Amino acid sequence: MEAAAVPAKPQATTATTKAPDIWTRKDLVGLQDLTAAEINHVLDTASAFKDVGAREIKKVPALRGQTLVNFFVEASTRTRVSFELAAHRLSADVINMMASNSSLTKGETLKDTAKNLQALHADIIVLRHSSAGAAQFLAERLEASVINAGDGAHEHPTQALLDTFTIREKLGRIAGIHVVIVGDILFSRVARSNIHALLKLGARVTLVGPSTLVPREFEPLGVKVTHDLDRVLPEADVVNLLRIQHERQRKEYFPSLGEYTQFFGLTKQRAERLKPDALIMHPGPINRGVEIDSDLADSDRSVILDQVTNGLAVRMAVLYLCAGVRGAE
Amino acid sequence: MNPAPTPPIPGAALVLDRAAIERCLKRITHEIIERNPDLSKVALIGIPSRGIEIARRLAGYLKEFSGTEPFTGVVDVAMHRDDLHRHRLPPRVERTILPHDLEDVTIVLTDDVLFSGRTCRAAMDSISSFGRPARIQYAVLVDRGHRELPIRADYVGKNLPTALGQRVHVRFEATDGIEDSVWMSQT
Repeated sequence: MEAAAVPAKPQATTATTKAPDIWTRKDLVGLQDLTAAEINHVLDTASAFKDVGAREIKKVPALRGQTLVNFFVEASTRTRVSFELAAHRLSADVINMMASNSSLTKGETLKDTAKNLQALHADIIVLRHSSAGAAQFLAERLEASVINAGDGAHEHPTQALLDTFTIREKLGRIAGIHVVIVGDILFSRVARSNIHALLKLGARVTLVGPSTLVPREFEPLGVKVTHDLDRVLPEADVVNLLRIQHERQRKEYFPSLGEYTQFFGLTKQRAERLKPDALIMHPGPINRGVEIDSDLADSDRSVILDQVTNGLAVRMAVLYLCAGVRGAE
Repeated sequence: MNPAPTPPIPGAALVLDRAAIERCLKRITHEIIERNPDLSKVALIGIPSRGIEIARRLAGYLKEFSGTEPFTGVVDVAMHRDDLHRHRLPPRVERTILPHDLEDVTIVLTDDVLFSGRTCRAAMDSISSFGRPARIQYAVLVDRGHRELPIRADYVGKNLPTALGQRVHVRFEATDGIEDSVWMSQT
């Protein structure tokens, strides 16, 4: 360690001598722009924060005195609660704002609402919005850190980071792992963020679903597209089943839920084709009996609840890293 | 005697060479043995990054001199600092590795340089969130003065009087790929 000249930060350079300046972002808008080194740095940081949950006192003072606003223009419970608990564990103060009780319903623009949040000295804004690019829009205009908690069908970076973290934790690596993502890829920000993260870290990705929801246009990203789940299952190390989003879907994409399950649901019979140690993942909330058989969701292979636990650690890491950069400006 | 190693920063003066560092760490080990009659209850816990290497080295000497192999671990301080906003970039967080049960354990915190004392305070805060060790002792390779908190080290390799603006650089073969050495530079 170099003991720096300024007494206020004598240990600032402790571990950065070997790995300088890996994380320099005040915002997390998406994974498309991140390097593999940045993604790995978030995952490494998250594994340190995961241990906090096992302590006698599950709280650290890293973000003491900072205010986080959960600004959810689109409904969400688990992501919001996960961010809220992550912020509490870092000793930040949390305000929750939902679209229904914000002034957005009175005609205030996103930018004006955000400016008001900033005027209240919000340090971190976690934004969920139905329009792609909303988080980017705010990040460019606000001094506060902006964390994207899902913007339209664009990105949901913390979900993909927690998925990647879970794979790395369970299988020991990402490089060379074959991940099969099943379902509604077209409307899925989770799929897009996962594709970016997994490809950057050297995984192979195959997308499976009805041709209306998994168009070949994804192939230039570097993924394989197929409509035959049975054929691809024996080669999968990880199956990530996306939720069929009734609320987002219009009827014409597939005829019925029953038919979807018949071709793309992970039934018990179909799961027998999987390798014995393959992981079953789902971002939740699950539609039991649609994307996945109810018993399979509760089986040993399912890491769905690990994903939830890991989501907390990943979000603590993201808040810590982004707030640390913003504070320095 | 080997030729003098190359300074990590031009103009830096050599304070301790490899042999001197080894003498310091061996002496600290003997002092730890003197102060702690029951070595089986001692855990050496390093403060990242080079405190970890010091804990590892002390553990090796302790085994050599006493036959007891102590628990060695790590305590993260990054998430327990109260000055995140003062850093240019967020300090790297590390996984904390402590004995499962801290009851009756004497923790010897190890670090390379003792300066303001704020790192030590953060380390003690961090440990207290895991449990209540019997006592915490503090071993440092270099004490350069300028404390901002009422903290002192139990074991000191070298007391090094410095001016506030000077810098102390510790290098280890194992962590930096540079021969073990301690340097002081004017800026």
